[in-house]
Amino acid sequence: MLAFALRRFAALLATLMVASAVVFTAMEVLPGDPAQVMLGTQARPDTLAALRLQLGLDRPAPERYLEWVAGILRGDLGKSYTYSTPVAELVRERVQVSLPLALLALGLTAIIAIPLGAVAAARRNTATDVSIMGATQIGIAVPNFWFAMLLVLLFAITLRWLPAGGFPGWNAGAWPGLRALILPAVALALPQASILARVMRSSLLETLSDDYVRTARAKGLSQGQALRRHALRNALIPVLTIMGLQFSFLLAGTIIIENVFYLPGLGRLVFQAINQRDLVVVKSVVMLLVTSVIIVNFLVDIAYAIVDPRLRRGR
Amino acid sequence: MSAAPLAAPDAGFLARALRHRSFLLGATITLGVVLMAALSFVWTPHDPTVIEIARRLRPPSAEHWLGTDPFGRDTFSMIMRGAVTSIAVSFVAVGIGAGIGVPLGLLAAQTRGGLLDQGIMRFADFVFAFPALLIAIMLREVFGPGAINAMIAIGIFNIPVFARVAYGGALPLWQRDFVMAARVAGKGPARITVEHILPNIGSLIIVQGTIQLSLGILAEAALSYIGLGVQPPLPSWGRMLFEAQTMMGLAPRLAIAPGLAIVVTVLGLNLLGDGLRDLFDPRLSRER
Repeated sequence: MLAFALRRFAALLATLMVASAVVFTAMEVLPGDPAQVMLGTQARPDTLAALRLQLGLDRPAPERYLEWVAGILRGDLGKSYTYSTPVAELVRERVQVSLPLALLALGLTAIIAIPLGAVAAARRNTATDVSIMGATQIGIAVPNFWFAMLLVLLFAITLRWLPAGGFPGWNAGAWPGLRALILPAVALALPQASILARVMRSSLLETLSDDYVRTARAKGLSQGQALRRHALRNALIPVLTIMGLQFSFLLAGTIIIENVFYLPGLGRLVFQAINQRDLVVVKSVVMLLVTSVIIVNFLVDIAYAIVDPRLRRGR
Repeated sequence: MSAAPLAAPDAGFLARALRHRSFLLGATITLGVVLMAALSFVWTPHDPTVIEIARRLRPPSAEHWLGTDPFGRDTFSMIMRGAVTSIAVSFVAVGIGAGIGVPLGLLAAQTRGGLLDQGIMRFADFVFAFPALLIAIMLREVFGPGAINAMIAIGIFNIPVFARVAYGGALPLWQRDFVMAARVAGKGPARITVEHILPNIGSLIIVQGTIQLSLGILAEAALSYIGLGVQPPLPSWGRMLFEAQTMMGLAPRLAIAPGLAIVVTVLGLNLLGDGLRDLFDPRLSRER
């Protein structure tokens, strides 16, 4: 197990190194000079040159790359051009929106999807199964930002139960903050839950035909008992894998939903930073998002290997 | 002697297709959307790009079937022309993804176990970890916003998907008897890949292509919604939704039609993909 974990960890480090080089290079080739953006088009050439010097833009790229990586390792993500605050501080603020939102959405996804998928598998080929699967087909086809608009129309504009957008901040109390995240979380969860319910169903169907379930039935358990005591736990393995992927998607992929609801999260931070050519912010936050995706995948692989020892030998 | 492709459409194929409900429904919807897009080149009830403030926000009527938007444009005509945008962008994106991903996956399978194999598949993993939306936003800085930007961004996202499908499909084939026979006959690895492996993963690629088309439609809508897709005056379902958002209190119906158009199209393609999968692999459909 330790050898497997170490091997995977080495691969993780290698991937992170490649990722950092790609992110840095991408920012280098993007057109647009940060100094020019900060000073505007009217700036005098000597002022521009002075600012470039101050920002360190005159030094060779490899040098700046190493400095950037060393900074990240120390927890120093650089300083934003436009906000004039350390990026780490901006990230800390924004994570307080993005992380609870992602967790809330993932929790909703699991609460909806796992029971639905299990019921569909247990009542396979009945009307219940067909309607659940039909509903998930539609759930997958609905764009989450459109669903978000419909939710706003119903719960914010018509019923006035929940806010249509914005975030009051956690200082205003837990409930107002949570209230602002409910609709975005539901909008994010619908397509994810539809996917997960289908994974749950097919995974459970597969385990139900496994030998140990047949053995359990042979020793006198009912189909329902065999399902609850033996099949369910094993069926959850692929479900957890998909949830790991979904979590990283939710963390990085909420840009659109954050835009619909005017939430000050990480996605919006990147989106605005690119528009303002605040490349220090873009570079560090993108790297952070990619890192979290890679780390979540790593943890899922490790969890997988703990649950299923057969996987340790492969790869 | 070349091997018969595993899933060659035979006489029974059509008969089974006509009995397969989700295939029929999916094919009908997809065909309908494609026909609507094609028709929009020669006929729409009104010109979808003409702005006429005098007839703004008309409710649905005999003249404007789905009413008009705040600029007086006919919603139904915009939906029709918007189908062209959706189909064109996702189709090209699938072309990019399959055109680059499939050869990469085949090459990795051909050199299985080697460094090249490892390199290609780790690269695929890496691209997959990169949020597609960020690629789109960065590409905009290079190409400016527009259809090309959307096609490339979605296409890049498609590459690792096709690479994995091709790899996964090709790998077991290399152990099969007909590949052994081809080797004994003196064919080189590259020739075996082209003549024997590729035809046999064709059905896998088609099924995945259908799924990626539907994801492409969703992605195009999302990109247009945040202003990274096709630019005005070309209509796009995603941008129609963006424009409807500010009018939610006044004219919520503007948000309904484009959303439904997306859902129906994506649903149709997904049903078509599921149907094709069952039809190409009858064993699978009987088991389920």
